[in-house]
Amino acid sequence: MFVTIRLFAQLREIAGTSDLRRELPAGATAHTAWETIAAEFPGLADHARTISCAVNEDYARLTTALTDGDEVAFLPPVSGG
Amino acid sequence: MSRFAVTSDPLDPIQIANLVSGPDAGALATFTGVVRDHHAGRRVLWLDYEAYAPLAERVFARIAGEAAGHWPSVRLAVHHRIGRIAIGDASVVIVAAAAHRTDAFAACRYAIERVKQIAPVWKHEHFEGGETWVEGAVADPEDAAARSAALARACS
Repeated sequence: MFVTIRLFAQLREIAGTSDLRRELPAGATAHTAWETIAAEFPGLADHARTISCAVNEDYARLTTALTDGDEVAFLPPVSGG
Repeated sequence: MSRFAVTSDPLDPIQIANLVSGPDAGALATFTGVVRDHHAGRRVLWLDYEAYAPLAERVFARIAGEAAGHWPSVRLAVHHRIGRIAIGDASVVIVAAAAHRTDAFAACRYAIERVKQIAPVWKHEHFEGGETWVEGAVADPEDAAARSAALARACS
């Protein structure tokens, strides 16, 4: 399956891009997507414990199963307001 | 204009209040968050805001739903600005409309606390001598403790 991975703020800067398209194996979860990009951009791994995740523009758990065409986003700690 | 918005345009509190005012609302409580010139002992020059806009707007609606559970008569509008924002300019405007002031103030306070906890928005601070991402809360809308803390602040 192919998914779009979106990164914001510090995570976007580490990866050097806000949008990635990656092929993941069947049965992949949001966590699989994270592991894939963390392997590709080692600086991301330091943020593993503080990320939040969204699937198709709604908050989701890292255990959420992905399907072809999904958009999964990884969010560092927020600082709006 | 939607009650829940992320925009790169300047925010107008009066226009946003008009989205929730009405003949049944005897109180409009407005919170305006403004970019200030200092943070953590540094002289701040400006802030660049970034958001995951579709999720942020969904989160604002969710916060309004939570507030309605506590204060049923309240209508909320939440607008957050993104992009470069100068010192003194508004980054966020929240308006709570209610029959009476107690509920309007409480819901307005609750909403800004929740925005800070769970809205996917980030500030990149530019200060004299450098720049840094400001890190706040790890966003988890299901975190009951965070929600209780926001409610406690709203009702204090």
